[in-house]
Amino acid sequence: MGATVITITSGKGGVGKTTTTANLGVALAIMGQRVVTVDADIGLRNLDVVMGLENRIVYDLVDAVEGHCRLRQALIRDKRLSELYLLPAAQTRDKTAVNPEQMVELCNQLRPDFDFILVDSPAGIEQGYRNAVAPADRVVIVTTPEVSAVRDADRIVGLVEAEEKEPPTLIINRVNPDMVRRGQMLSTEDVVEILAIDLLGIIPEDKEIVISTNRGTPVALDGRSISGQAFRNIAGRLMGQEIPFMPLKGQASMLDRLSRFIRG
Amino acid sequence: MGFLNRMFGQREPTSRQIAKERLQLVLVHDRIKISPGMLDQMKDELITVISRYVEIDADGVEVTFIQSKRQSRLTADIPVVGPVRRPLPKAKTAQAGAGGDG
Repeated sequence: MGATVITITSGKGGVGKTTTTANLGVALAIMGQRVVTVDADIGLRNLDVVMGLENRIVYDLVDAVEGHCRLRQALIRDKRLSELYLLPAAQTRDKTAVNPEQMVELCNQLRPDFDFILVDSPAGIEQGYRNAVAPADRVVIVTTPEVSAVRDADRIVGLVEAEEKEPPTLIINRVNPDMVRRGQMLSTEDVVEILAIDLLGIIPEDKEIVISTNRGTPVALDGRSISGQAFRNIAGRLMGQEIPFMPLKGQASMLDRLSRFIRG
Repeated sequence: MGFLNRMFGQREPTSRQIAKERLQLVLVHDRIKISPGMLDQMKDELITVISRYVEIDADGVEVTFIQSKRQSRLTADIPVVGPVRRPLPKAKTAQAGAGGDG
């Protein structure tokens, strides 16, 4: 029984795919899983810096695919978690350097040694995306509660359905409960209703993510932050645990409370 | 004023509601891969075809896609005025068949 390959994708850029991949990798490894995160964004590698492993790269995914090194040599072991590895993307090549069949073969080589293979997809729906999704047993779509991100997520849902893979599941990132309550942001329910796929997790907007990314220490390493806890909950769900969604309470201002009281 | 409106229930749609409605509309077209222009064209052609058989109120015709989960359904709401007033224009094959029988 080999690893489950989970591809994290979004369509739109900048919604938190790489942050999600890094944190789910960390959270799964904390829970005792053997995990490798694969940066499939060839030419725009970033998973290494988000995980804080950028100084250790010798070989990369393309080197391994082209046979310049053994696959094992390209894997970077995390400094904090001994069961977490990164397979970095090449920075000097582009997405045409590998094809979907090679990605499938690469993941098949990794499967026996791991419980989870998390593939961080590039933005877009072109070859880089196809490379990332080809080996996936499960596809996780990351979106934010914004019109453009949800629209692009819907495109991905359609593409995954067309490939006869399991229906994708959804992570909604950067939810601001205060803004939702004031009617200034799509709620998680709105997004789930629109996309009509199962919700895997909700990540509240949290400045700790920015701070931890600055440092290269994924927020899930420290379960005290709300976003770190949210990532750990998602990791538990990926392992098949039943974990309820966190209640997202905003800070209700006096004025908000008064106005709700008057309106009833 | 803004907060007074909010407090006393002058409910304009919130930006959240607007976002949801705009998304639902744009996704209908994204999913079916049919632009609003093509939808109009289809509607015009539907009106032309149906008008050959029954008289309809062309201005009242509404053609819309309804989404249920990820399934799309095309619905046409077409007000019928009555039987068509002019004689049925005979399609060539139909006419040939009818003529042969007669």
